[in-house]
Amino acid sequence: MRGADGARLVIVYGDYECPFCAAVEDRLRSLALRLAFRHFPVRSSHPRAHAAACAAEAAALQGAFWPYHDALFADQGRLEDPHLWARAERLGLDVARFDADRRSSAVAERVRADFRGGVRAGVATTPTLFVDGERHAGRPDAALWAALGG
Amino acid sequence: MAIVEAGQPVPEFSLATYEGDTFTQEDLCGATTVLVFYPFAFSPVCTDQMSFYQELLEDFEARGVTLYGVSCDAVWSQQAFREKLGITIGQLSDFEPKGAACRAFGVLHPGGFPQRALVMTGADGVVLWSHEADSPGELPGANLIFDALDAAAV
Repeated sequence: MRGADGARLVIVYGDYECPFCAAVEDRLRSLALRLAFRHFPVRSSHPRAHAAACAAEAAALQGAFWPYHDALFADQGRLEDPHLWARAERLGLDVARFDADRRSSAVAERVRADFRGGVRAGVATTPTLFVDGERHAGRPDAALWAALGG
Repeated sequence: MAIVEAGQPVPEFSLATYEGDTFTQEDLCGATTVLVFYPFAFSPVCTDQMSFYQELLEDFEARGVTLYGVSCDAVWSQQAFREKLGITIGQLSDFEPKGAACRAFGVLHPGGFPQRALVMTGADGVVLWSHEADSPGELPGANLIFDALDAAAV
């Protein structure tokens, strides 16, 4: 969770290989909102989305979820293992620990829990936003952006 | 014609598999099955839908549920679709006579392709649940299937 305390909460289900997710995330960040991100990787559409989600959670174990998350969305063309290590190194993380963590079952479970939670809440595609408990599948339309102050 | 509803017996139908077999109502007996009717192999929403359900296959298996994709595409097209997506969900072809099985289930779109619909059948060959999307472009969430499984106490 990040953003201004007391601001409206938007929960985003996304994956790091999804270009629409990157664009939506970028625009949401410019608004006065509190943002939560949940992983929704679908491997046969986006083969590197799951590995990227696990990498973000491994970075989270070293207190660097959001910087790592931003670094993934900022460069979606580079999601292979060496690129994931390079990001960890640039952010000053312990890369060996990061690499062990991103392959751990605990991290995979964490990503899976996000995915299953999304499924239960009716998420079927990315991005999906929850605003005031209401589900909005796909890219926000003009009315939703207006409601969010953007 | 409206989609089959819970409590109705599964209609008689015949679909073709890539392996060259015929798949009929008798193949649905003995286990819980979800037939995933989709308009066209390789079309955008169908691609997302199959990829998404594939991601949940182990959860479906844990509930003892088997999924099949059903479309009016030829078995070769369906197989190419599977290979392209890297999915293992079985595919059933309603190619000839075209749309006959879809018509039997009440999910044939006037345009000659399946509506985007889900039909869950029980081990006894009776429809447990069905759902037709408001439009073929709408992707039904898998929560609908899990909720139906809960409701049917499967």
